[in-house]
Amino acid sequence: MLWYTGKRLLQMIPVFFGATFLIYFMVFSLPGDPIAALFGDHPPSPAVIEQIRAEYNLDEPFFVQYLIYIGGFFQGDLGTTYSGRAVSDVMAAAFPITARLALLALAMEAVAGIFVGLVAGLRKGKFFDASALVVSLLLISVPTFVIGFVLQYVFAINLGWARTTVSGAAPWSELILPALVLASVSFAYIVRLTRASVSDNLSADFVRTATAKGLSRPRVVTVHVLRNSLVPVVTFLGVDLGSLMVGAIVTEGIFNINGVGGTVFKAIRLGEGPTVVSFIAVMVVIFVVANLLVDLLYAALDPRIRYAK
Amino acid sequence: MRIKRLGVVAIAFAAAGALTLSGCAGGTAEPAASSDASAIVSTNGSEPQNPLIPTNTTETGGGKIVTSLFAGLVSYSATGEIQNEVADSIESDDATTWTVTLKDGWTFTNDEPVTAESFVDAWNYGALLSNAQSSSYFFDDIVGYDGAADSELTGLKVVDDKTFTVELASPEADWPLRLGYTAFSPLPKAAFADMAAFGENPIGNGPYMLASDGAWTHEVKIELVTNPAYDGVRKPVNGGLSIVFYATQDAAYADVQGGNLDVLDAVPDSAFQTYQSDFPDSYVNQPAAVFQAFNMPYYLAHWSGDEGKLRRAAISMSIDRKEITDVIFQSTRTPATDFTSPVIAGYSDQLKGADVLEFNATKAKELWAEADAISPYTGTFDIAYNADGGHQGWVDAVINSIKNTLGIDAVGKPYPTFAAALDDRENEKLTGATRAGWQGDYPSLYNFLSPLYQTGAGSNYEGYSSAEFDTLLKEGAAASSVEAATAKYQQAQEVLLKDLPTIPLWYSNVTAVWSADTVSNVAFGWDGVPLYSEITKG
Repeated sequence: MLWYTGKRLLQMIPVFFGATFLIYFMVFSLPGDPIAALFGDHPPSPAVIEQIRAEYNLDEPFFVQYLIYIGGFFQGDLGTTYSGRAVSDVMAAAFPITARLALLALAMEAVAGIFVGLVAGLRKGKFFDASALVVSLLLISVPTFVIGFVLQYVFAINLGWARTTVSGAAPWSELILPALVLASVSFAYIVRLTRASVSDNLSADFVRTATAKGLSRPRVVTVHVLRNSLVPVVTFLGVDLGSLMVGAIVTEGIFNINGVGGTVFKAIRLGEGPTVVSFIAVMVVIFVVANLLVDLLYAALDPRIRYAK
Repeated sequence: MRIKRLGVVAIAFAAAGALTLSGCAGGTAEPAASSDASAIVSTNGSEPQNPLIPTNTTETGGGKIVTSLFAGLVSYSATGEIQNEVADSIESDDATTWTVTLKDGWTFTNDEPVTAESFVDAWNYGALLSNAQSSSYFFDDIVGYDGAADSELTGLKVVDDKTFTVELASPEADWPLRLGYTAFSPLPKAAFADMAAFGENPIGNGPYMLASDGAWTHEVKIELVTNPAYDGVRKPVNGGLSIVFYATQDAAYADVQGGNLDVLDAVPDSAFQTYQSDFPDSYVNQPAAVFQAFNMPYYLAHWSGDEGKLRRAAISMSIDRKEITDVIFQSTRTPATDFTSPVIAGYSDQLKGADVLEFNATKAKELWAEADAISPYTGTFDIAYNADGGHQGWVDAVINSIKNTLGIDAVGKPYPTFAAALDDRENEKLTGATRAGWQGDYPSLYNFLSPLYQTGAGSNYEGYSSAEFDTLLKEGAAASSVEAATAKYQQAQEVLLKDLPTIPLWYSNVTAVWSADTVSNVAFGWDGVPLYSEITKG
């Protein structure tokens, strides 16, 4: 197990270099001169633009730019944005907020999704099951921004229960509403995954055996049915953590959250190579670690899974 | 079993309860916090593109902050007239050599007095090439300016603490008009020691100052309080400003509705239909100094010479501006009648030849047929735009208007970003028209004409060149009075109306809302920015 974990962590190194190189190249290949575009319809003199290009090494060929970036990376210098801020400062501001938001959403969707899915699976075909399916279908088919605007309008503007947007410090309490929006779609998927998995496992041999042994129903449901049903759900949650960290652009926009999604989006639009690559590098690490955790959880959930050396 | 399941339900309910409880806490904590400093007006903004150095701030986000932090020689009234701030007088006999005298008693917030040197040093810093300031070209008419090498502005001479002279390369009667622009602000000595650090925590002489060191929380907001030492024409009646940065105007609009924001100076497109009913007593919708158009490059076949002139006029007359501004923009744009803006002194809707900007399907078809007689038109007419700027709606409407009137093939041509569009524009690789816009730096006709249409000017991408226009502009600049200059600039625009290097579309309005419960006396300047100092809170 330790060996397996070590091997997986070592695999991160080529993934890291490959991902940063590719992303840097993609940002480099974006059409147009990012510096000229900064000034809109009022361009400064060409000499000034040249000077700014040189300041950001944009006059160098691609490989030199990449090497300068990687060189700085290993000395702890992630470069600067076109507004002159250290990329590390930008990351230190955005990541904690996004992490809080993602964890909150993950907790909400996991707890509520697994609970509803379990009950629906146990009462297959009954009223609760039918309504859970209808609600989840609804959540999956409505776009996030609609859910976002509706929840913002109802809870923040009309009822005044929450703040319309998240303030700069982004405390946990203000993040509940946006986390609810983020969690809604994944909640629906988790309900469906859990439900299907639970209803499959209910008729599995090991459940029949457990019941025949005389175990109480709660014990059969929690230890045997639910635990084995969680494997696909945990896989989904692992991937979802990654996309929650990256893909919350729409929700961040609606609630004016200064998070990772919006920052990366803005940096891509501006063609800010160092910012984009630094953020992506961290996200690659998060993805790899989340996937590793998921794989390790498999063994804990399903005793039949063992890791080969 | 029953108990266990109840347990889970109880946990779920407890979680839901916690959710609403803390949601409540979030909602009530805010007003309490803001009542402590009830006179602080909160308003929308965006993260400044650069550190807050006056000569390096050319965009709106940083501009509204820098204007609040600094007071230049003059500032602009709501209607765009100049009013003296630090200047006591700005005088010249020949419009070439200007003598500037300063008032007594002005200081920066670090108690350093504002002297002639504060201006001369700041302008020299801004103009020096190696400082790479985005506003450096604003000093290009002062003797000594060099856009290609480091050079001192030798035309600036300090006479004494309160007097300096400016020698211009050529006479300009309305030169003082531009001095309210942020680039002409003074800087304290402390700035030059470490400009980057100064840009984080600027020390100014304006109506407001930073609430504390580090009052600028990047990407979040900046907190300003009233500068007690300021005694100019923009003396604030409120206690300060909290300028909150928004990534989308939709979020800002929701915040005004939810009571978290006092003033929003740009209503989002999504609220064009509803803002008047959402804020029945607290909205404005009035023209601002933004001109929007599309340009036809001269290097394209069919678009140069006499044929091009006819075709441009035909295109212009085939666009129903009134209908598009009413339907697409819900009247938040005003159809164009010239090349400047109604808020600029000297604007006229009576220019000779301005009928070419009116919808006239019959005339448009005639002109197009005349052009076809010279050389028959083939191919598709396209208008390039950047897809990330919300332009698709009106481009499609304009295209339809042209298509329906002239019966030609026409399409909108989206570019993913402004950078990509600019690239093709600079490399002369456009296949058709391109979206263009101009936001006035200072309230003067000259600022709307010279940078865009003068031969070889910085923003004249499409290569328009007219000797007649250049001469009129030069005569206007050298005219002995502002009235005489205006007459020349209007004649110059009549040349543009004949040539149509750009097809004027409309002026952007400032469409703004504010919370009637918390603020009053909200008015907007010529540039569409709220007159912050006049807003009363509570």
